[in-house]
Amino acid sequence: MQDLFEIIIEGFQTLTLNKMRTGLAILGIVIGIGSVITLISLGQGSQKSIENQIQSLGSNLLTISPSRQNSGGVMGQSGGVTSLVLADAKAIEEKFSNTLVNKVSPEYSNRSQVVASRNNSNVSVIGVYPTYAEIRKVTMDKGVFISDRDVSSMTKVAVLGPTTATDLFGETNPIGKTIKVGNQTLKVIGVTVSKGGSGFNNPDDMIYVPLTTAQKQIFGRDNLTSIAVEAKTKEVMVQAQDEIGYLLLNQHKLNSPTDADFTIMSQNDLLNTVSQVTGTLTALLGGIAAISLLVGGIGIMNIMLVTVTERTREIGLRKALGAKKKTIITQFLIESILLTFIGGVIGMIFGITVSFLISKVMNLAYVISLSSIALAMGVSSLIGIIFGLYPARKAANLQPIEALRYE
Amino acid sequence: MIKVSKLSKIYQIGEVETVALSNVSFEIKKGEFVAIMGPSGSGKSTLMHILGALDLPTKGNYILDGESVLNLNEDQLAGIRNRKIGFIFQSFNLLPRTTAMQNVMLPMSYAGIEKDKRQEIAKKYLEMVGLKDRLNHTSNQLSGGQQQRVAIARSLVMNPAILLADEPTGNIASAQADEIMKIFEKLNNQGHTIIMITHEADIASHAKRIIHIRDGKVEKDEKN
Repeated sequence: MQDLFEIIIEGFQTLTLNKMRTGLAILGIVIGIGSVITLISLGQGSQKSIENQIQSLGSNLLTISPSRQNSGGVMGQSGGVTSLVLADAKAIEEKFSNTLVNKVSPEYSNRSQVVASRNNSNVSVIGVYPTYAEIRKVTMDKGVFISDRDVSSMTKVAVLGPTTATDLFGETNPIGKTIKVGNQTLKVIGVTVSKGGSGFNNPDDMIYVPLTTAQKQIFGRDNLTSIAVEAKTKEVMVQAQDEIGYLLLNQHKLNSPTDADFTIMSQNDLLNTVSQVTGTLTALLGGIAAISLLVGGIGIMNIMLVTVTERTREIGLRKALGAKKKTIITQFLIESILLTFIGGVIGMIFGITVSFLISKVMNLAYVISLSSIALAMGVSSLIGIIFGLYPARKAANLQPIEALRYE
Repeated sequence: MIKVSKLSKIYQIGEVETVALSNVSFEIKKGEFVAIMGPSGSGKSTLMHILGALDLPTKGNYILDGESVLNLNEDQLAGIRNRKIGFIFQSFNLLPRTTAMQNVMLPMSYAGIEKDKRQEIAKKYLEMVGLKDRLNHTSNQLSGGQQQRVAIARSLVMNPAILLADEPTGNIASAQADEIMKIFEKLNNQGHTIIMITHEADIASHAKRIIHIRDGKVEKDEKN
């Protein structure tokens, strides 16, 4: 038996004899491994990005929102649920502010047409208390945020998210300018720092106004759409969630938690849900990429079968000179493993590069896990063994006389 | 050295039985130079395959160098071919795009001989067949006669019990064929046992004994 290193060198020389064919056979594996690594990396990257974004919206955060009431099997009122009111927020603050809760932020949000000189946009308008900025980690780029005085005296002022500011005013400084929201004219007093969000409920594309102004003057409602609560520590989150729940049941004169006309969502719930969804998505994408890897493997098998047929005489000669079955199998198996392994290495470099570029362009976190690289290398070698074994056995089982006679 | 007794080979293709060899018996002693002659279809190729442990007989016995070459599995036969038989083929059968040295080293690597030793032995035999300055030429850079000399060097490296040559000059120009035959004579004088299959009488005339085969039977066995 030749030593393995020599067989590998010999296999390498054989593969370089027909560069075009070797290249094409490798290409299938390159694409397969490359797309597995790219898609898994992008999936994990977007998961990380979303998690970062959720965490940037505030820490130890509980969000209370109104929900439809189920009583006696009959659906309660549908559409705008108005079960949450300012008194609920006050009650939470009074009862827990020294024990479980740091800050409470009552919020009313709705969409409205907004006009600034010639620009016109449909934006999410949110009525807030100053605590909103503290809980949701909103910082100011220019000007100031809504103050307690603004809320108590119902001032007609607005703070713009950076996207909204550029949409409405372009590059000019919007501070001191006026915007028209509904039929109210508001003075812009500040612009927030970008949080880099996107999509629905983007914190950068929002107009913040005093809660009282939003409720009474712009939309004419007196309910809340949400209450954000910052718990004192991570450890008391669950306790705070429970206690606030019972308090609100009391406030709403309801007897059992099944009757609740509100839901309390903790940030961890949200994180878990998102991780689960993106995890599934990543697995799905990886699975699709794995199919191309399978196709690449079949390509390798095809090439190896052709090689075995072409080299029938060579195999016959080797057997006549004393090569045992195991020797022939090893020789051909090494060749197919070399093909898939080299393809795997190139595919890995390709996948790492492509996922790096895409994550830069799409503004995602760049994640390459060591496990996905190890997996890709392992899988590519395994494919070499699986799809190389049949051709190699076919070669080893050739009868020496038949093989020597073959023209 | 070689003893075959009542050797028969019957090929069965569907219902039809073809008798390639029937009741062939002879003995070849160490140091003999034997030509096996016969027209095509006489069964001489089948005989050569069995003598070369490439194929097993249907009936009869074959003892090579004191070992019975029957009831052996494929890998055991491969071992016999590796250690006891040096093959020289009509079409040389060198590995394409591979140097003379690498070709000659191949049987030794299957025997597990170390690389340094392999190179040393290969060089020695290539020098012996007169290819000292062609060690690193690839097969396609060599003439037919030179390729056959590489093949002869390859057949010798394991120091086999017999050299088995199948129409060794069939693909070579006559001038070079004479040189090949001179090498065989020299090897025989050094004590190598040579069995040569041929249908050409003047090539067979270099041998010291000629076994004529016809219709799967030994027709004549004569000293030359």
